[in-house]
Amino acid sequence: MSRIARRFATLRQQGRGALIPYVEACDPDYDTALAILRGMPAAGADLIEVGVPFSDPSADGPTIQKAARRGLKAGSSMKRVLEMVAAFRKDDDETPIILMGYTNPIGAYGPERFCADARAAGVDGLIVVDLPPEEADLLSAPAAQAGLDIIRLVAPTTPDDRLPVVFNGASGFVYYVSITGVTGTRTASTDELAQALPRLRRATDLPIAIGFGIRTPELAANAVRVADAAVVASALLNTLESTLDDAGRATDQTVPRVLAQLRTLADAVHAVRK
Amino acid sequence: MSATDTQAGANSLRSGPDGRGRFGIFGGRFVAETLMPLILELDAAYKAAQADPEFRRELDYYLKDYVGRPSPLWFARRMTEELGGAKIYMKREELNHTGSHKLNNVMGQILLARRMGRTRIVAETGAGQHGVATATVCALFGMKCAIYMGATDVERQKPNVFRMRLLGAEVVPVTAGAGTLKDAMNEAMRDWVTNVHDTYFLVGTVAGPHPYPQMVRDFQSVIGVETKEQIVAAEGRLPDAIVAAIGGGSNAMGIFHPFLDDPQVRLIGVEAAGCGLDSGRTAASIERGTPGVLHGNRTYLLQDTDGQVTEAHSISAGLDYPGVGPEHSWLNDIGRAEYVGATDQDALDAFQLCTRTEGIIPALESAHAIAYAARIAPDMPKDAIVVVNISGRGDKDIFTVAEHLGVKL
Repeated sequence: MSRIARRFATLRQQGRGALIPYVEACDPDYDTALAILRGMPAAGADLIEVGVPFSDPSADGPTIQKAARRGLKAGSSMKRVLEMVAAFRKDDDETPIILMGYTNPIGAYGPERFCADARAAGVDGLIVVDLPPEEADLLSAPAAQAGLDIIRLVAPTTPDDRLPVVFNGASGFVYYVSITGVTGTRTASTDELAQALPRLRRATDLPIAIGFGIRTPELAANAVRVADAAVVASALLNTLESTLDDAGRATDQTVPRVLAQLRTLADAVHAVRK
Repeated sequence: MSATDTQAGANSLRSGPDGRGRFGIFGGRFVAETLMPLILELDAAYKAAQADPEFRRELDYYLKDYVGRPSPLWFARRMTEELGGAKIYMKREELNHTGSHKLNNVMGQILLARRMGRTRIVAETGAGQHGVATATVCALFGMKCAIYMGATDVERQKPNVFRMRLLGAEVVPVTAGAGTLKDAMNEAMRDWVTNVHDTYFLVGTVAGPHPYPQMVRDFQSVIGVETKEQIVAAEGRLPDAIVAAIGGGSNAMGIFHPFLDDPQVRLIGVEAAGCGLDSGRTAASIERGTPGVLHGNRTYLLQDTDGQVTEAHSISAGLDYPGVGPEHSWLNDIGRAEYVGATDQDALDAFQLCTRTEGIIPALESAHAIAYAARIAPDMPKDAIVVVNISGRGDKDIFTVAEHLGVKL
C-alpha cells in the first residue's frame, strides 16, 4: 500500500478529513522552503503538495506565478526539488509528498529517470497540471514502474461520460478543481460542492480532495465535510509573501507565520467529524 | 494533380495530424482538465463545420467581400533586377483587410465561434496584427473581445493598441515574464479557463492544443491554394522555392501546406535569429531549440536544460516567441521544409530594400522572409522562381525602424 493510500486509510478509520498544504520549492529560497516543509506535519498537514516551479504556469493565478518566479530566481531545478524532498524524508517517513507541476520540466529531465529519482527521493504521487488523460502515456508506465501515484484532476467542466476516462489510470486520490479558473481566485460555493461530489463519488472509490480557492479555515472545513481532503496553496503563499523583506528575502517571521496559519487551517479541518 | 486539388491521399504529407492531434512526435493536447472538454467540443464543432457546405459558403463570402481575397501574386521586377538572379514573386497578404494574413484565420474561427454559440472572444497577440484582426471581426459581429498583449509589445506596437481599442476591444497588458507573446498566451489561457461558459479562445497561429494547429493551418491554406493557381497562370509551372517568415508559423504553414506533396518546390521557413543564431538573443526555436511542451503542444522550444522556457528575442514582436507550430517541427525533422534564420539587421535591410525597389512597406515579420529570399536569389538562375510571402504591411513598424535608423519622428 502506498503512503498516500495508507494515510487516507488511517484518516478514514479516525473519521477525519485531510488537510493538504502546498509549498513551492525554493520559495523564497531552498532553506526556508525546506524549513516550512519540515514544519508542516507537526502543524497539522496530513499530506503535502510540493510545487515544482515552472516558467509558464498557465493554469495558475498570480500568487503561485509569483511563488514560481521566486523559486526559479532562487535556483530551483528539478534536481533541487528532489533534493528538498529527500532532505524532508530523512526525518519523516509517513507524510505523503505529492509533486505538483507542469509537463515540460519532467520531459526535460526524462520521464523514466524522473519517476525513478522522484521515488528514490521519497515522492509518493504526481499531479501534472497540463497532462490530461489523452496525453497520460508520457508518464503512466514509468510512474507505475516506480510505484508513484498519478493523481488526476477533475473539473466542473468534465462531463459525466468523461469521468471514466479521467479515472482510468488514476491512483492515490482524485483532485477536484472546484472552480473554472486559475488557482487562488474564486471560491466554489457550498451548494456547488454539494452538487459536484456525489457525481464524482459515483464514478470513483478513490478519496477526493478539493482545491482552488480554499483560503480560510471555514472554507477548508466546508470542503472536508463533503470531500476527503482540502488543498490550500495560495492562501499560504500570500502569507509567505507578506513576510518577505523589500528584496524578497525570508525574514524570521516567514516560517512561523506560514506554519501558524497552517495550524489554524488544520484545526478547522480536523474538528470536522466524518 | 490540379493546382486547386486539396484532397490528401494516403501517402500525402498533407494528411496530418493523426487522431491525437500529432504530427510525428509533435502537437498533442497538453492542457488542464478544465479545458480538455472544450478542446474536444471544439474539435467536433470544427469537423462538423468542415463537412457543412454552408460553412464554406459563408466563409468564402466573407473572404471575398470583407477580407478582399484573392490577394495578388506580384512579380517584383525591380527587386529581381537588383538581385540579378531568380524571379521574385510576392504573395500580397499585406493587402488583406487589417493589413496581414491574420484575418484569413480569424474569419474562419469567428464563424466557428458563432456556430458554437460563444459570445465572448479572447486572443493573444504579439505584434498586434492578430489582435487587430480579432478585434475587427468582433466589431463586425458585435461580440465582446479581450486581447492579451505583453506590456513590452504594448509599448513597441502603440498604433495597433490604439486600433484595437478603437475597434472596441479591451487590450490587457501582461507584465509577467518579459511581457511578450509567450506571456500574453499564458494570460489568454488563464482568461479562457476562467470564462469557459461563454468564451472562445481565438488562437492566432498554428500552435496550441489540437485542433488549433490544424484548424489555423486549414484557414490559412487559402494563401497557398491561391499561390499555386496564380504561379501556374503566370509561369506555367510551380515555383522553385517558397520563402515565409516563422514566428508561430501561420503564414508559412498557410502557403506551404498546398505544396507539401510537390517535392520539387523548396519550402523555406525563416526564423527570427534576433542578434544572431548563437547570440543567446534569438527567436529561432527550430534552429536553436529542443522539443518540449508549452501552450498545449509538443514542439521545438527555446528552453534551458531544466525545461524552463527562455525568453525569445526579435526586433519583430510578431516573431518574438520561444516556440513554433508543431507541424513545422515535424516538417523540419522529416526534412520536407528547411528552416533558416535572418537577424534583426537582415530584416531592417530587407525592409528598406523592399520599400525602395517595390514601393511596398513590408511588416518586419515579412522582412525576415524577404531577407532570406534576397540572400539566395542572386545565386539562382534567372529563370528560377522564388515566391515570398509578404504576410503583413509595415506601417505599424515605422517607429521601430526609425529608431533603429536613428531617425526621430
